[in-house]
Amino acid sequence: MNRQRLPLWWFAGTLLLALLLMLVPLPAPLEPFKPYWPALVLLYWALEAEDRVSLGLAFLLGLGADLFDGVLLGEQALRLTALVFIALRFRSRLRFFPMWQQTLAVLALLLNDRILLLMVRVLSGAPVPPASWWIAPFVGAALWPFLFLLLDDLRVRLRIQ
Amino acid sequence: MARTRDESSPLFAGNAAGTLRLIFYLALAMVLMVLDHRNGWLWRVRYAASVVVEPVYRLANLPGAGMRTLTVAFADRKLLTEQNQRLREDLLLANARLNRMAGVAEQNQRLKELLDTQRSLDLNVQLARVVGVDLGAYQQRLVLNLGARDGVKPGQPVIDAHGVMGQVVEVLPTTSVVMLVTDPAHAIPVVVERSGLRTVAYGARDGSGMVLPNIPLAADVRPGDRLLTSGVGGRFPPGFPVGKVLSVAAGASGMFRVAQVQPAADIDRSEDVLLLHDQAEPDGPPAPAVPAGPPAALAPAPGAATGSAPAAAAPAGGRQPPRADATTPAAAGSTP
Repeated sequence: MNRQRLPLWWFAGTLLLALLLMLVPLPAPLEPFKPYWPALVLLYWALEAEDRVSLGLAFLLGLGADLFDGVLLGEQALRLTALVFIALRFRSRLRFFPMWQQTLAVLALLLNDRILLLMVRVLSGAPVPPASWWIAPFVGAALWPFLFLLLDDLRVRLRIQ
Repeated sequence: MARTRDESSPLFAGNAAGTLRLIFYLALAMVLMVLDHRNGWLWRVRYAASVVVEPVYRLANLPGAGMRTLTVAFADRKLLTEQNQRLREDLLLANARLNRMAGVAEQNQRLKELLDTQRSLDLNVQLARVVGVDLGAYQQRLVLNLGARDGVKPGQPVIDAHGVMGQVVEVLPTTSVVMLVTDPAHAIPVVVERSGLRTVAYGARDGSGMVLPNIPLAADVRPGDRLLTSGVGGRFPPGFPVGKVLSVAAGASGMFRVAQVQPAADIDRSEDVLLLHDQAEPDGPPAPAVPAGPPAALAPAPGAATGSAPAAAAPAGGRQPPRADATTPAAAGSTP
């Protein structure tokens, strides 16, 4: 029974860890370089285990992230839902891309995510963020191969389908 | 490794993520956002969810706290000695100043009592620690480790050793969120120390500092001027340093001049802050729920103010006389 539960715990654990990483502050100079962890982890699971990831899950995860952030309820829910939708749409292709193409695709997804965020922020009356705001997606994309290989390796080691 | 299940999914899988469901969720998210933006009831949900949220904040604080502990543990001995020495000097200086101030404060107290106001110089404060949590990029907010259970209320001013940091905007049971003075949505009534000009300092749009967007062309504001809280509006008590004017330039409209202000408080370095407990003095705010009629009709209150002036405890009897001579509640609203 424990054996059967393990995949589920692992899945939920990585997502919660991503939320936690989102909240952990970095030193001020590194702040703009912080990748959007929930999106990366969710993306990994959307590519590797589509039966676990659905739009509803993305929405709930985003809602949870919004509760932690306390800025605008529904903002990250919107972003993650859109992200997962695109990822699931092109899942079959994305999975068989070579790593560098996959990384580019992730970059495009993360940039799209930032644009969505920018629209939401501007519509809600917040100021337009500085140029350094656009660094984060590139950092996220640069980290993607490593994150992907790490999570994949751990998944194989834990013998999780 | 890649193909674990050979599912018969076409290249454009349509079932897993139907467009209809996407539209549904997006619409739901937008409705939530609009409702939250209009009504601001997110804090109520957050208050209910704080059972989960607060432990996570504590958890997220751990790496930062650990780093601090490590830096202290591995800090250079010489550095620590130097720091210790400097702190001791500071303490000595501060104590000397305090001793001198004590006399002045006492005198001030006596004079104030004579003038029949109940304000005093000693502050009712509460020490709070900053919890290291990142509330999203470019949010000018802080999380403190005190909450509703410690008596924190929304609107309380937050200061550090150098000046005003912001005010509490959201209270959870054991944590609270502070909006910094550099937040674009924050405004604080200030007075220019040198010239006595009263104006309002807003958070800069790019989050870099503060601006005084509407200084009259003829007004006397120069780079280097210090800004203090004016106490107008009643939210922040008067006399606390807010910032220093860096530069003054003509505004975009040409009707006003605009000054860039550097906050006095150590906005991104403070670890310990003070929560002020006297919610300023109750003379500023527009309508503190006292209808204009009754106090005027009740003879004793105004009489006490001008008449015999019984020394100390006289005005404590609840309703304050509408002080005619005090600051005219200028149009500048207290806060966002």
